[in-house]
Amino acid sequence: MKFSIFRISLIATASLLPLSLLAIIVFLALYSWPAIQYNAFHFLWINDWNLGNLYGNPITQHGQQIMPGAHYGIWFLVVGTLSSSFIALLLALPLGVGSAIFLSEGLPRTWGTLLSLFVDLLASIPSVVYGLWGYAVLVPFLAKHVYPSMAHILSFNSFFGGQPGTGYGLLTTSIVLAIMMVPLISSTLRETMNMTDPALKEAGRSLGMSRFQVIWHIVLPNLRTVLMGVSILALGRALGETMAVLMVSGNALNYLPDNIYSPISTMASFIASQLDSALQDPTGMAVRALSEIALVLLLIAVIVNIVARLMLWKRGYIHGQ
Amino acid sequence: MVNDLQEPNQTLQPLRKPLISLRRYLGDGLGWGLSTLAFLVLTSAFFSIIGNVFLRALPVLHLNLFTEITNGIGGGLKNAIEGTAILSLGSILIAAPIGIAAGIYLSEHGAGKWGSALRFLSDVLVGLPSIVLGYVGYITMVIYLGWQFSVAAGIITLAVMLLPYITRTTELALRRIPDTVREAGYALGAGEGRIVFQILLPGTSSAIMTGIFYAVALSMGETAPLLYTAGWSNYMWHGHMTKEPIGYLTYVVWTFINEPFKESHMLAFAAAFLITFGVLIFILLARWILARTQRKLGGL
Repeated sequence: MKFSIFRISLIATASLLPLSLLAIIVFLALYSWPAIQYNAFHFLWINDWNLGNLYGNPITQHGQQIMPGAHYGIWFLVVGTLSSSFIALLLALPLGVGSAIFLSEGLPRTWGTLLSLFVDLLASIPSVVYGLWGYAVLVPFLAKHVYPSMAHILSFNSFFGGQPGTGYGLLTTSIVLAIMMVPLISSTLRETMNMTDPALKEAGRSLGMSRFQVIWHIVLPNLRTVLMGVSILALGRALGETMAVLMVSGNALNYLPDNIYSPISTMASFIASQLDSALQDPTGMAVRALSEIALVLLLIAVIVNIVARLMLWKRGYIHGQ
Repeated sequence: MVNDLQEPNQTLQPLRKPLISLRRYLGDGLGWGLSTLAFLVLTSAFFSIIGNVFLRALPVLHLNLFTEITNGIGGGLKNAIEGTAILSLGSILIAAPIGIAAGIYLSEHGAGKWGSALRFLSDVLVGLPSIVLGYVGYITMVIYLGWQFSVAAGIITLAVMLLPYITRTTELALRRIPDTVREAGYALGAGEGRIVFQILLPGTSSAIMTGIFYAVALSMGETAPLLYTAGWSNYMWHGHMTKEPIGYLTYVVWTFINEPFKESHMLAFAAAFLITFGVLIFILLARWILARTQRKLGGL
């Protein structure tokens, strides 16, 4: 088969996409190679991030030069990242499903399309503005009016009770992340609900089910895979969210959350906030350890996305915008 | 015979029916109520964000925001506005041609295995955390190539982030054109390139523009990929692509809010206002273009 120059140049440009993905993974792995050799991957389970004595003389350990007393354990980041994202998903799912039901089935089509704009526009607000809103509005409000009474009412449980803290922490981060995740869940669900075969709904109605029963017992179970796929996709976004988390999480260091109000830190926000201090390390191992965190985050994101896309593709649903 | 017919057992009916309908009414009411509540929570979050940013930025929206550069704790935003414009424009100028070409490839020749692999990988690329892109930009361009914090590093990092979005919107736009249009072109003796450039692209230009507007909005609002590639500068840009950092609005939002001064906080809100409304204008414009073309196509 003979390809025209036009076709060849198209192929060459199109392959820039997978190549850039490949380049990102390769460069990150190459750069963090010394840290991988030093830390292997059990640094994930160790809870001790310490750049060591930056004024001492570098020592050699495991064939790598590091500063005396340096440790690169990031268990607190793993816990912070996973817990904030999962709590966010728990909060986002009912909001997403509820708003999708309301907008696609509860309103006449024209009103539904019009009002769905507000939910969709939530997706376009920059994450740093979410962070600013969280910092200036949500944190003071929650710390003053919600958390103290919530901790008081739920004091029988040590995870929900305990010290309500300053407002910066796990639950605030999860709330902000949840609002950022909802538009994706809501719009995907809304689109697929509108695509549901009307014959299914009519069959339900003719059996005497109410409109809500039809949605709850027929339409939604039919969209289980889509809902799971888009939830995982949203989870992936939450895992990698940086700026908003940086501004409301409290940026804990080596601190494991003991209740839902504790300050936390996530992998993404840690990379963003720690590069400046990591650059003080003359051996460069701190920067490479950060790069290893980025590599771990990248691998998690790739795996999560692959799983989510496969689930959505299996249902023949390809997400457009 | 007629007398043998038994009357149906009537006693069960009146007992069960109110129970069922009560459960139904309660269940339906609860379901619709919670759905409406979910929507109201989201809408109030939206208006709280927009309203707070607007109201707190209002007192500082003077003309000198656009004529003065930032200093340590306050000043104007001239340099940051210029920086955001340059970074967005630059990243679009790189990402748009590549993304559109990739989109053309996917829609015209992407039916096979290679095409769906490409589609899959570009979907994965969308899901990469932006801070990871920024970090890779840092280690490759800023350190390894020695560009330091620079416009070029920022633009290229942003462009990689925008690529999959533009590719996907272009592909979806082109696929909506029926095959008969292409066949008509071939029948008139047009080559592949001529069909793409003179028939398909003009026919979908507004849909492609929609995708590009979305990408502009996305690039304006990003912070994480720029932190360690574009750096920050208090001064206007001197036109060097490398070795000269540049300011941008989102950076102002997140650093100035951490300063202890009231003036810095107001500047952060002013920057957030400009960013949010800039992004919203581009998004609404994009939606408007799309709605208008869909109405036009529907009228055909």
